Amino acid sequence: MPLFLLKRLGQALVAIFGVMTLVFFIQRLTGDPTYLLVPETATQEDIEAMRASLGLDQPLLVQYVAYLWDMVRLDFGRSYVQNVAVTEIIASRLPYTLQLAGGALLVAIVVGLPVGLALAIWRRHRGTNLLMGLVLGAQSMPTFWSGILMIMIFGVWLGWLPPSGSGSLAHLVMPSIALGLLSMATYARIARSSVLDELSKDYIRSARARGVGTGRMVRTHLLRNSLIPVISISALEISQLLAGAVIVETVFAWPGLGQLTVQSVQSRDFVVVQGIVLLGAFVTISVNLIADILYSVVDPRIRKGDGP
Amino acid sequence: MSAVGNVMRRSFVPRRGGGVPVGLFVAIFAAMILIAIFAPLIAPYDPDRQNLLGRLKAPGTEARDVFYLLGSDELGRDLLSRVIYGARISLSVAILSVLLSGCVGTALGMLAGYLRGWVGIVVMRLVDIFLSIPAILLAIIMVAVLGPGFVNVVFVLALTRWPRYARVAYGQTLSVAEQPYVRLARAMGAGPGRVLFRHILPNIIAPLSVVATLEFGLMVLFEAGLSFLGLGVQPPMASWGAMLSVGRNYVSNAWWIATFPGICLFLLVLSVNLIGDRLSDYLNPKSR
Repeated sequence: MPLFLLKRLGQALVAIFGVMTLVFFIQRLTGDPTYLLVPETATQEDIEAMRASLGLDQPLLVQYVAYLWDMVRLDFGRSYVQNVAVTEIIASRLPYTLQLAGGALLVAIVVGLPVGLALAIWRRHRGTNLLMGLVLGAQSMPTFWSGILMIMIFGVWLGWLPPSGSGSLAHLVMPSIALGLLSMATYARIARSSVLDELSKDYIRSARARGVGTGRMVRTHLLRNSLIPVISISALEISQLLAGAVIVETVFAWPGLGQLTVQSVQSRDFVVVQGIVLLGAFVTISVNLIADILYSVVDPRIRKGDGP
Repeated sequence: MSAVGNVMRRSFVPRRGGGVPVGLFVAIFAAMILIAIFAPLIAPYDPDRQNLLGRLKAPGTEARDVFYLLGSDELGRDLLSRVIYGARISLSVAILSVLLSGCVGTALGMLAGYLRGWVGIVVMRLVDIFLSIPAILLAIIMVAVLGPGFVNVVFVLALTRWPRYARVAYGQTLSVAEQPYVRLARAMGAGPGRVLFRHILPNIIAPLSVVATLEFGLMVLFEAGLSFLGLGVQPPMASWGAMLSVGRNYVSNAWWIATFPGICLFLLVLSVNLIGDRLSDYLNPKSR
């Protein structure tokens, strides 16, 4: 067990280091990153001054080491557009994205799990096909379109909910549903196949033979046993939700990290974009690490197997 | 990327679309391709022709000798023609980026699986690193560096998605390379090129084509997403994503601008996903 953990931790650290290196090289895809950092109106002198002050006239290796050293000290630089530290900007937007991701996760679980359960238990029912079609549709729905449709129907025509912006719980409803729709479909499908796997096992058959009714069988036997894969997929869904937030926040003018990303690209505030990408990768890597550890606790076979 | 991810994906191979008529969706997909190819013949008007007296006209209205079957946008351009030309952008970006990422990813994955050793380690670590950045963020940061536009979008999508193919090609090559007939071919003096292309590639192409189909739908969504954010194909090119972004701004007085491109996008992605699922069931009977 400790060996597995150490190995997995080592992999995560290598991945984080690799992501930082990758971002460093992406910056240099066009050759000179100075142009990414200066405002569009900058003169040639400004550019030269900026280049010298950032050390971009140094050899590549020196730049790389300096960059890594900044990252290790959690110094993500300053935004040249807003003249504020990147960590501060991100920290001010993060709560909004967390609220949105939380709302979306809630929608996904509260709707997705019962739907998946129903799909498995009544799999021979006619209506199940229709429900399955809906799940499938939800999966192919571009989030920006479902968002716009909701704004159109519930925001503009019916006037039940504020069409965009933030400030109250009502503002959170539509973005959460739009973002949660895709995860909802994932949850429904995973719950379905997980329950189907359990249903085919002997203990369910003997419970049935003893005369246990459907309701009781689901409550006492099925739910617990089929929840394991559902719990571990949650970790993976979280990083999906953070990425999906980029588009949903733009649709609903929700002031979180996603909107910040797009605004920063548009205002050529590259340092902020870089900070968000690193944060996103860090969250993904740690969430995967946690999921693997949890999973190895539940299923000892994973500990022995050596994943690629 | 993670053991959990792999286990999950394997044991939950999509089994959706039990009673869905796949033929219908194959027809939709084929129709979209035909529409894209013959766009200039089908579209009633020039998709970029502006008509400032016919701005935001509702579907089925006429203004200045132009009949707007699906309405007009904020510059008086015919929405039907733009939706038709939009199929070209969506499909061509998706096809090109799938081809590019598929070739690069497959080649690297096969090399890693065949040579193993440090080549394998380097390639597969690179795959892990690429996959640990959420794809849309990776695409956005690259667009931020390279700038938007058709060619850059294809390039960025290919660069973002090649690891998916590399991972599948790697795993498949590892198992195929140990087969007796491959060992025999090598013993008889076949060089690495011949072994890879004649003996290994034909045997791993099936799972890769399933990945490619599922990636195709994703690429359509990615292009639309980037264009929606203003980071993809640039105006006046008619991209469904960009049209949705305009529709978002006119949501209260011109519902049609966002609705029709959205329907097309949805149908295209849905049909591609269904075809991909059915293909994966067909090629891999064990997954039911």
